[in-house]
Amino acid sequence: MDMTKPSSTAEATSEPHVMALQARGLIKRYGGVVAINGADFDLRQGEVLAVIGDNGAGKSTLIKTLAGAVIPDEGKIMMNGKDVHFRSTGDAKAHGIETVYQDLAVVPALDIASNLFLGRELRRPGIMGKVFRRLDMPAMRAEAARHLSELKIGIKSVNQAVETLSGGQRQGVAVSRAAAFGKGVIILDEPTAALGVRESGMVIELIRNIRDRGIPVVLISHDMPNVFDVADRIHVHRLGRRAAVVDPKERTMGEVVALMTGAEEPTEVEAAGGR
Amino acid sequence: MTTTRFENTNTSVLKSLPGRILHSPVFGSVVALLVAIIIFSAMSPRFLAPANLSLILQQSVVVGILAVAQTLIILTAGIDLSIGAIAVLGTIVLAQAAAGIGPVGAMVIAMIVCVGLGALNGALVTVLRLPPFIVTLGTFTAIVAATRLLAGSETYQVTSPLLTFLGNTFKIGTFTTTYGVVVMLLVYAIMGYALTQTAWGRHVYAVGGNPNGALLSGVKTRRNMFSVYIVSGVIALIAAWAALGRISTADSNAYQNANLDTITAVVIGGTSLFGGRGGVLGTLIGTLIIGVLRSGLTLAGVDSLYQNIATGALVIVAVAVDQFTRRRTSR
Repeated sequence: MDMTKPSSTAEATSEPHVMALQARGLIKRYGGVVAINGADFDLRQGEVLAVIGDNGAGKSTLIKTLAGAVIPDEGKIMMNGKDVHFRSTGDAKAHGIETVYQDLAVVPALDIASNLFLGRELRRPGIMGKVFRRLDMPAMRAEAARHLSELKIGIKSVNQAVETLSGGQRQGVAVSRAAAFGKGVIILDEPTAALGVRESGMVIELIRNIRDRGIPVVLISHDMPNVFDVADRIHVHRLGRRAAVVDPKERTMGEVVALMTGAEEPTEVEAAGGR
Repeated sequence: MTTTRFENTNTSVLKSLPGRILHSPVFGSVVALLVAIIIFSAMSPRFLAPANLSLILQQSVVVGILAVAQTLIILTAGIDLSIGAIAVLGTIVLAQAAAGIGPVGAMVIAMIVCVGLGALNGALVTVLRLPPFIVTLGTFTAIVAATRLLAGSETYQVTSPLLTFLGNTFKIGTFTTTYGVVVMLLVYAIMGYALTQTAWGRHVYAVGGNPNGALLSGVKTRRNMFSVYIVSGVIALIAAWAALGRISTADSNAYQNANLDTITAVVIGGTSLFGGRGGVLGTLIGTLIIGVLRSGLTLAGVDSLYQNIATGALVIVAVAVDQFTRRRTSR
């Protein structure tokens, strides 16, 4: 699975990797406040990219622009090298970008299958579906069960309400929904923030499973051990822009935290977007 | 590849059939209904007479129909204080317009009025994003006043066979009932189907249970909510039609308790006032509980003011149970 690293020069801005999702010079202002100020972003095919940054560094605004939830004032976004314009989360979804938000977008009283297909329900074939708008619950249940088992999430029945699940299981449902429909990129916003150590480990395992199926993952997290455990590269966000992209094999957690807070300067390569 | 196992510990109780019945959201309401029926039939031999049961159903029709609309709105985490007033205005419009342009034209005009007022509530809630409680308190006050202005101090006798049709009776064996009861059950069946079997219905639950999550999942939340208020307008018109079937006189002072009764029926039927939880089956049982309670207390010779105290207490108990279960399930 490990990609062969290209030999790099100090000014390495040429891109030998296939880029799943890129952004250049994103700017977003809210009144007088500049949330992101000329931010760049690069996500390669087949990698887990962690995005870290202090509170207020603008990482959630960056992620929302990539997910179509926020429209940037300036800058451009590219998928597989082509310019894209997201005017809504629906636009981003149409391009295969699925996002799992921190406050999970699940509906507690609905069952797992209904949650997985929320907003893109399947209807019965023929008159029952067309005229009477009847949902195809058997098909949705079967597909939901298949998606959960593909990601090896051990939930017995997709008929149970999401509110009967533990926090980790709910996260598992939200992540499998993203994995079921996210053909291009999956973005996870603080997926382990509300979880215990053991359940966090399960979610990290889930992220690996998704990457191994060939879908690149953007992981926003404060949890440094998790980030170092699963990320192939780390995007450090600071003062509304990308401060560095570091290789977790070359840096310690302490150094990365120092980069995040500005206590340490990145190397030239790191500041230019990494190797 | 390694496997991810999420432990599943707290769901075994849902597996068995008795467990499923016990955890069914309408279980409590059904028990309450049965207990009420047993107590009242012990107190009065006339309670279980077919004629009395038929009367209970007929008296439940108007509130029962309106309670379906109330269920939809409460499922979206809203509340409608104006739905009863819209139906009363509907009866006046039907009666006055029928005298002028005939029953079919009256139906069309009343439809425009009822759906228009539903749309007004819906627009204020979804476009201006005002709280439903305040919006419908405002429209309730305005609609009651407008109805009185329109009706003057008069009541209007309706003679059109079409407008009083829902009061016509027919027999099933020895049991006499009205077409109004049939229409009420139809409204329950149709909206029960829409809520449980269509994407629209799933979205109603999603909008009430987690509005932000629904929006992020691609549900058109505001459009869904608006459609609920439109459907409520249609249901208010059906209730107005059924009301003229029961009493063929349109009176601006009628059904003053109807609105509170719909909320009572919804809440004791197990639908959560916080939205996203419940359904019309529970509301039907809730409507029957209110009907049984009023009939039983009447037969026992209890003053109707005491009956209001009883139903008032019932609502508070039901809300308390809702709060308690909600606190237990939310983490």
